[in-house]
Amino acid sequence: MSWFKKEKAPIPPVKQSRMPEGLWTKCRECAEILYTKEIVRNLSVCPKCNYHMGLSSVERAKALLDDGRYEEVETGFTSNDPLDFTDTKRYRDRLARSREATGLEDAVLIATGHIDGVPVVLAAMEYGFIGGSMGVVVGEKIARAAERALEQRIPLLIVSRSGGARMQEGAISLMQMAKISAVLARLDEASVPYVSILTDPTTGGVTASFAMLGDINLAEPKALIGFAGPRVIEQTIREPLPSGFQRSEYLEEHGMLDMIVERSEMRETLGRLLRFFTQQVTPSPSSAPHVKDVKDAMEEQVPSPVPDEESVS
Amino acid sequence: MGTEILDFEAPLAALQREIESLTGYPEDAGKEREIARLQTKLDEMRRQVYAKLSAWQTVQVARHSQRPYPLDFIEHLFTDFVEIKGDRRFGEDPAIVSGMAWFHDQPAVVIGHQKGRDTKQKIRRNFGMPRPEGYRKALRVMKMAEKFSRPIFCFVDTPGAYPGIDAEERGQAEAIAVNIREMSRITVPIIVTVIGEGGSGGALAVAVGDEILIMEHAIYSVISPEGCAAILWKDASRAEEAAEGLHLTAPQLLEIGLVDRIVPEPVGGAHTAHHQAAQILNKYLVEALERSQRLTPEERVQARYSKFRRMGEFALDTTGTQ
Ligand SMILES: [Zn+2]
Repeated sequence: MSWFKKEKAPIPPVKQSRMPEGLWTKCRECAEILYTKEIVRNLSVCPKCNYHMGLSSVERAKALLDDGRYEEVETGFTSNDPLDFTDTKRYRDRLARSREATGLEDAVLIATGHIDGVPVVLAAMEYGFIGGSMGVVVGEKIARAAERALEQRIPLLIVSRSGGARMQEGAISLMQMAKISAVLARLDEASVPYVSILTDPTTGGVTASFAMLGDINLAEPKALIGFAGPRVIEQTIREPLPSGFQRSEYLEEHGMLDMIVERSEMRETLGRLLRFFTQQVTPSPSSAPHVKDVKDAMEEQVPSPVPDEESVS
Repeated sequence: MGTEILDFEAPLAALQREIESLTGYPEDAGKEREIARLQTKLDEMRRQVYAKLSAWQTVQVARHSQRPYPLDFIEHLFTDFVEIKGDRRFGEDPAIVSGMAWFHDQPAVVIGHQKGRDTKQKIRRNFGMPRPEGYRKALRVMKMAEKFSRPIFCFVDTPGAYPGIDAEERGQAEAIAVNIREMSRITVPIIVTVIGEGGSGGALAVAVGDEILIMEHAIYSVISPEGCAAILWKDASRAEEAAEGLHLTAPQLLEIGLVDRIVPEPVGGAHTAHHQAAQILNKYLVEALERSQRLTPEERVQARYSKFRRMGEFALDTTGTQ
């Protein structure tokens, strides 16, 4: 038994992203050794360097939804190992072990609850379940989550945390990208809001489908987000990658993210977004400018006879 | 033209050389008989070899540098092709070709990954690995087809979307995601044919359609066998094993319902006879288009939706707590 537990990407899967019995946790980013209780109190964000450690899907649901209350829905699905796949282990054994380790049926938790009083459907991916990879069960559960949101006309939130499509289900997992995206097209048509929350890491077929299709795409700080993994890119182009490449800040700079949101501000930000999307508005005569007012206002703007120096081109 | 000989084709190539060496000798009846005999033997051998390709051998055939590419099929099956370039946002991506053409008696839009045959072309076309602008161009052209009620033919043949810094910067993932979503609701017929390599998301981004055809020796996979082996076994040399496990061959994909029809290839693979391969494909394209055109736009979109919504359904065990 060691005095501290090094926080790292949970492969092999562990029940939670930190070992709760460990008194001390070492931050993976800044190597600071921290009191575990303090990290937990801080939503698993390093108080020293602001590194956002991974959350399990249950932790995520509790952190996002009002009073930490949620109801798990869309349960009752497991993969039957359709290709009878074996690599270094049998896929069905991996599934069994992951189910046991995470307490989930597969790599996503679908829950209903509220954010700031607004009812939502939440899908939170579980990295501890075969790297959060998307196979037929993840595809089905997220598709159903979206359909539930559509049916009830309430916002859909998906928290992505995934290495991408699940190889052990071959092209079946690839097709889940199309399956979910097709349902999202229906939400889009019905003006049912969808907020995509990208967390560390979100890559491959998950990024190249639902994670990038939100009405709003937001990410936690410093999350690895991309289509191809950094190692694959490095091997292909044979040169070092720019610093900060494929991190949230880099994506935001390149126009690929609407915003980066600290975990401590996530609930409040989501609340604001959801109110924008869901607030019923009855325009009152006094709040909207009258046509006449607008006209009057325009007439007040007398064009200056000589253009400003700055506007001369 | 140097023909690429695949490993497993070595015995075929040896026999071919034997036949060729005989033709150098003076004419006589015995020689003619011998050549005819060897030719029959070669045809039979080729038939046998190609009738039971392993998954890994199929991968090699699917990647064969002489396989017909979209521009070859356009030449054989379409007339009056006019290429359309550029995404009108950033640039032109030669890894995807797109344009207008006539398919028999009707105008249509054609889109396909184009790999490039010689070294110069391969580099120009980035080995058929598109950047975001390629996908955005494809979508732009598909939307135009929809606007003018023209059917869309997509030919899929890519190792995958390009894994490069520039591609990531310009939103490779977003470009693919948007294509997949939009293709699910485009109202005109979309007929997809996987003609070579169906490489993951980079393939799917132009492969959401009413019918998914796949050529007999083409493949469609979530990841390349090499990539899969590198990740799962930490050893890219175990690609052969990975290829077997991934279920990426046409018959395997048909069995699990991810493709609708297998388009037979000439014996020895489409790379040996482009014209013949195109003629066989023609019949399948005509029929697929007819089936799709019998539907109203609403029915078509609904059918396409249902098709993809159910993909992989058989792999679900429902434990009944729902
Ligand atoms: Zn830290």
